[in-house]
Amino acid sequence: MSESLRNDGRVWAPKSKETAAKLRRGELKPADIAEEDRDYYLERKYPSFGNLAPRDISSRSAKEACDEGRGVASTGLGVYLDFRDSIKRLGESTIRARYGNLFQMYEKISGANPYQTPMMIYPAVHYTMGGLWVDYNLMSNLPGLHVLGEANFSDHGANRLGASALMQGLADGYFVIPATLPVYLSTVSPGSITTSHPEFAAAKANAEGRLKTLFNIQGKRTVDSFHRQLGLLVWDKCGMARNEKGLQEALREIPAIRAEFWENVRVPGNGENLNMELEKAGRVADFLEFGELMCQDALNREESCGGHFREEHQYTDADPEVASGYISAGEAKRHDDKFSHVSAWEYNGEGKPATLHSESLEFTDVKPSVRSYK
Amino acid sequence: MATLNLTLKIWRQDGPHKAGRIETYDAHGIPDDASFLEMLDIVNERIIEQGGEPVHFDHDCREGICGACSLTINGIPHGPEGAVTTCQLHMRKFNDGDTIWVEPFRAKAFPVLRDLVVDRTAFDRIIQAGGFISVRTGSAQDANNLPIAKDDADASFSAAACIGCGACVAACKNASAMLFVSAKAAHLNLLPQGQPEKTRRVLGMVQQMDAEGFGNCTNQYECEAVCPKEISAGFISKLNRDYALAAAKETLT
Repeated sequence: MSESLRNDGRVWAPKSKETAAKLRRGELKPADIAEEDRDYYLERKYPSFGNLAPRDISSRSAKEACDEGRGVASTGLGVYLDFRDSIKRLGESTIRARYGNLFQMYEKISGANPYQTPMMIYPAVHYTMGGLWVDYNLMSNLPGLHVLGEANFSDHGANRLGASALMQGLADGYFVIPATLPVYLSTVSPGSITTSHPEFAAAKANAEGRLKTLFNIQGKRTVDSFHRQLGLLVWDKCGMARNEKGLQEALREIPAIRAEFWENVRVPGNGENLNMELEKAGRVADFLEFGELMCQDALNREESCGGHFREEHQYTDADPEVASGYISAGEAKRHDDKFSHVSAWEYNGEGKPATLHSESLEFTDVKPSVRSYK
Repeated sequence: MATLNLTLKIWRQDGPHKAGRIETYDAHGIPDDASFLEMLDIVNERIIEQGGEPVHFDHDCREGICGACSLTINGIPHGPEGAVTTCQLHMRKFNDGDTIWVEPFRAKAFPVLRDLVVDRTAFDRIIQAGGFISVRTGSAQDANNLPIAKDDADASFSAAACIGCGACVAACKNASAMLFVSAKAAHLNLLPQGQPEKTRRVLGMVQQMDAEGFGNCTNQYECEAVCPKEISAGFISKLNRDYALAAAKETLT
C-alpha cells in the first residue's frame, strides 16, 4: 500500500506473542485488543517522527516485530495499520476523501474493509536502489545515451527512501535535461547510419543466438520457478537486513541457479509470434546477473547506510551516541570515513566479476551524520 | 485457506490472422485469495510443465492503476464485480465448481495479437492527436500561479482517473471509444492549462477516433457500467458540446 497512508494510520503489533498467535488463528480480532496490549512501536521508538519515520526504518521495525513472533495475518508476516483513531478524530468522509482509492484497493485485495478493521501490512520489494551510471549531464558511458529518472543512479538511495521517486523524474525532466541535452546535440551531427557495420552484425548475431539458446534448452522448469527461487534467495540474504555470511551464501547459490537456468529452463514456442514466456526468460536471465551484483555490492559496503542495513554495523550500548540517549542500540551505523563514495560497477560479461569504480562524494557545506528519529 | 476447482473456457488464437477457438482447461486447487491473473499464472505454469503453450494475457502493475490488463470474463469486461480491473478481481468472488469463460476485449479497432492480448495502440494514436498540453519545460512556475477552483480540480481529476484500459470499448455493442476520448479530453479541457489547445484537441482526437474504426455512441452507457474507474458518461455529453463548439469555431475561422 502507498506510504501516504502512514499520514493518518497508526502502525502497531500486539505486545505479546500469545496474543499475536490468537490473532493469527482468528480467535481474536484486532478490535478485541485493548489499548494497553498494543505496541505502537514506531511511536514508541521514534516519538518525534512516529508513524512518519523513514521507509527503511519503518520496514525494518515491521520485520523486527514479525521476527519476534508478534506478526499477525495467517502467515505471521503482517502488522496493523490502524485508522480507527483518525476516523474518530476526522470522520470517515475525510479519510475517504484522502485515501478512498487506496482503501478500495486494499479491500479488493484482502476482502476486508479497512474503515472497520485495521489494514495488515508488511514490507515488500518495490524497486531497487541505484541505476545506470550517468555523468552530471545525465549521459551514460555510452555517448548519446541519456538516462533520466529512476533508471539512473544519481540520487541513489535517498530518492527512494523519501517516497518521492517521482521527484527524480521531475527534477531530471524539468531542470537537468532541458539544459544538458541541447548542448550534447549541438556538438554532434547525425552522420550516416547503416546496418552494414560489423558491430551491428555482431550485436544482431549475439541477440539472435541468445534467443535461439533459450528456445533450444527445452528443460523441465518454468521461467517463473527460477524467478521465485532467485527472488526468495535475494529477499532472504540481501533484503532489509544483510550480513556477511548470508551474502557469501547468496554469492555461491546465485551462480548455481544461473547455471541450472541455462540448462533446464523451458521456454515454449518459437520466435515466430508474440511470446511472453520468452520476454520473461530474458528478464529473469538479467536478474540472475543483477542479483549477484547486488549481493557483491552489499558485501563490499562494510557499513549500514539508508536501505542497506549490514547487521555487523549497528550501534550498540558501547557507543557514546547510545549512552547519551541520542539514538538507540540497533540503529544503522555508517562509516563515512571509508564509504563516502558511490560504487559504480563495470560489467565485464556474464559470470565475470564486475570492476568497481569508486566515485568519492565530497561534502563542503554539510557533513553526513547520524540522524536521530527519536 | 479455501481452494476452488474450476473449469476455464479460454479463447486461444495463435496470431492476428489465425483462426481462434475456445479451449477447455481444468483449474483445480486455486486458492481463493488469488487474483484472477494469479489464477491464470497457476494454470499457465501447469500448461508449461505439461509441455503446452501458455495462455497469453496482458498485465503489468497488478494493482489496478496501469490499464494493461484486460479480459472479458463471463461476457463482461474486467469481470462481474464492477469498479475493478481484472487484476483486482479475486477468486473469492467465484464459487467452487464454476465454469468461467475468458475472452479478449473484442473490437474492430483492437485486433487480437495472441490469445487474450489485443492491440490497443489506437488509444495511443488518439492521445497523440491532441490529448496533451504544450508547456515550456526548464523553468517551473511558482506554485499557485494558476489558481484552480476545487470543483474544477475535482471534476478534472475524476476524468483523469481513466487508465485507458479499453473496457468501455469492449462493453459497447458499437465498440465506441467515446467514454475514453471524452475522459481524456475533459481532464485537460476543464483546466486553464488545457484552454489554448482546446479546439485543436477536441477536433483532432475525435477525428482520430473515427479513423481508427471505433463505432458511434448510442447512449446505452454499457461503458460506464464496466469502467473500473467509474468514469461518468456525463463526460460524453461534455465532449459532444466541446465538439460542437470546436466545429463551429473551425468553420468561422
